[in-house]
This record gives sequence, C-alpha cells and structure tokens, in this order.
Amino acid sequence: MQEVANLDAVFLAMADPTRRAILARLAKGEATVMELAEPFSMTQPAVSQHLKVLEGAGLVMSRVDGARRPRRLAPAGIDVMEQWLSMLRRGMEKSYDRLDAVLASMEVPKRKKGRRS
Amino acid sequence: MSKLTLKTEGDTHVIVTRHFAAPPEAVYRAHLDPKIVQKWLLGPEGWTMPVCDLDARAGGKFRYEWKHETKGQGFHITGEFVELKPHSKIVHIERMFLPQQTPDNHIETRFEPDGSGTLMTMRMTLPDEATRAAMLSTGMEKGMENSYERLEKMIPVGGLRMETGK
Repeated sequence: MQEVANLDAVFLAMADPTRRAILARLAKGEATVMELAEPFSMTQPAVSQHLKVLEGAGLVMSRVDGARRPRRLAPAGIDVMEQWLSMLRRGMEKSYDRLDAVLASMEVPKRKKGRRS
Repeated sequence: MSKLTLKTEGDTHVIVTRHFAAPPEAVYRAHLDPKIVQKWLLGPEGWTMPVCDLDARAGGKFRYEWKHETKGQGFHITGEFVELKPHSKIVHIERMFLPQQTPDNHIETRFEPDGSGTLMTMRMTLPDEATRAAMLSTGMEKGMENSYERLEKMIPVGGLRMETGK
C-alpha cells in the first residue's frame, strides 16, 4: 500500500498555498531556494521547510551545481500533473458519454406526455 | 470516439470542448435539471450522486455530492450560478471539498448550434497560476484513476437507464 502512503504525502504537500505556488513556479523551470523565496517574501529557512515537505512527497527534487542546489519538479510531480489532466479528461468523457444517452432519450419522447415541467 | 478536447490556456485557464448530437435546448436543460444532472455528471465508473440540489437561476446555489460504491470517502462541490442565458450560456462558480476546500473555479459554458447538434465550450478560470498548478497536481485523481481502471474491468458499463422524467 505504498501508493496510499504516497497519496497522503501528496495531499499534505498540496494542502498549503505556498507549497502550491512553489510547485507552480518549479513547473516553469528549476530554481534555487533564494529564487523561490524572493517572490513570496519569505525567509529562506521557511522556503526550505516547504521544500522538505514537497521532496518528502516525491514532487520536487534537487541537484548539486557547485554551491547551488537548484530544485526542480520531480518526475512524480510532473506525473501527478499529467495524471490530473488525463483523469479530468476521462472523467469528463465518461460523464458526457452518459449525457449523450440522456440526450438521446430526451429527444425521442419529446411529444409524449411524460415530460417534466 | 473521443470527441472531447481539454487543454490549458494561458496561466489560469482550462478549456474543454465537446460536441453533442442534440440541440442546444436539450444540452442546456441537461445541465440545469437536477434530475437529469444526477444521471450523467458522475465521472468515472463506480460513482453516484446521491445529492443533487440545484437552483437554476442567477444567484441560485447548487450542491452535488458524490459517493463511491466501494470507497468510503466521497466528496462534494458547491457553487453559485452567476448568469443563465437560456440555451446558450451558463456562468457559474464552484469549489470542491475533498474534504479540503479548493479555490473557486469560475466556469463559463457556452452551447452553440453545430450542424444538427451542439458544440459545448467550457472555459474554466482559476484564480491564479498556482491554483491551476495545484489542481493539476492533486494526488487524489491518481488514486481515482487507479480505482477507476480496476472498476472498469469489474463492472459492465450501461447499467444506467436514461429517462427524461419519472
């Protein structure tokens, strides 16, 4: 049930607006803690704390570049984004396929008495 | 068979289009009659909507509650209608409770005649880029998709009978 635990970590990570904003920023490309702290007018330790949570959820990863440690979206982070889009699409496809059937049944009995007001 | 398109636009929009083989009047009504909404707005297999309260007028509120046949936890959406232009446009605001409340999603849905049917264009506007990213990152859907795929194999499609009224 590793997936479930993962899911909880993702939920926790996403529950905070600052972390969501950090993720959105990283979706555009990698950034250092300093670069991340700037637009949020936050201290670097505060940003680091959020990054720790995001990294724990497997959404963000870092690499070493000399003295810098730029963070970027982890494959899992990209994955959940894509999963969401695909899920939304498939959920909608299912709904609208059902709606097709509903509409078809609405058209035919149009003249019958049993219509709702 | 996939007639649906879904794409992001700019920093905060999600655009969905879909063609229906029914006139705008019918598609419009199917979005606003709670008895009808309840039959189709169900997403992946396995979900039902036991609560569908909908007050179809500008300023009217709605509340949809979904339950899964095997998963314990459901979720719900509340919202308000901003503008209703019969047969051509619905503007509403909604937010999900997962149970955490998601930021407001502002949605404009247009219905245009398209041949003998209807082209529906839905434009979602999230408050900011971060929110859209958050939507795109919500982990829940991954779990839902998994269970959906499982369920798809277990449950035959087509158990729902569609009737206009009863």
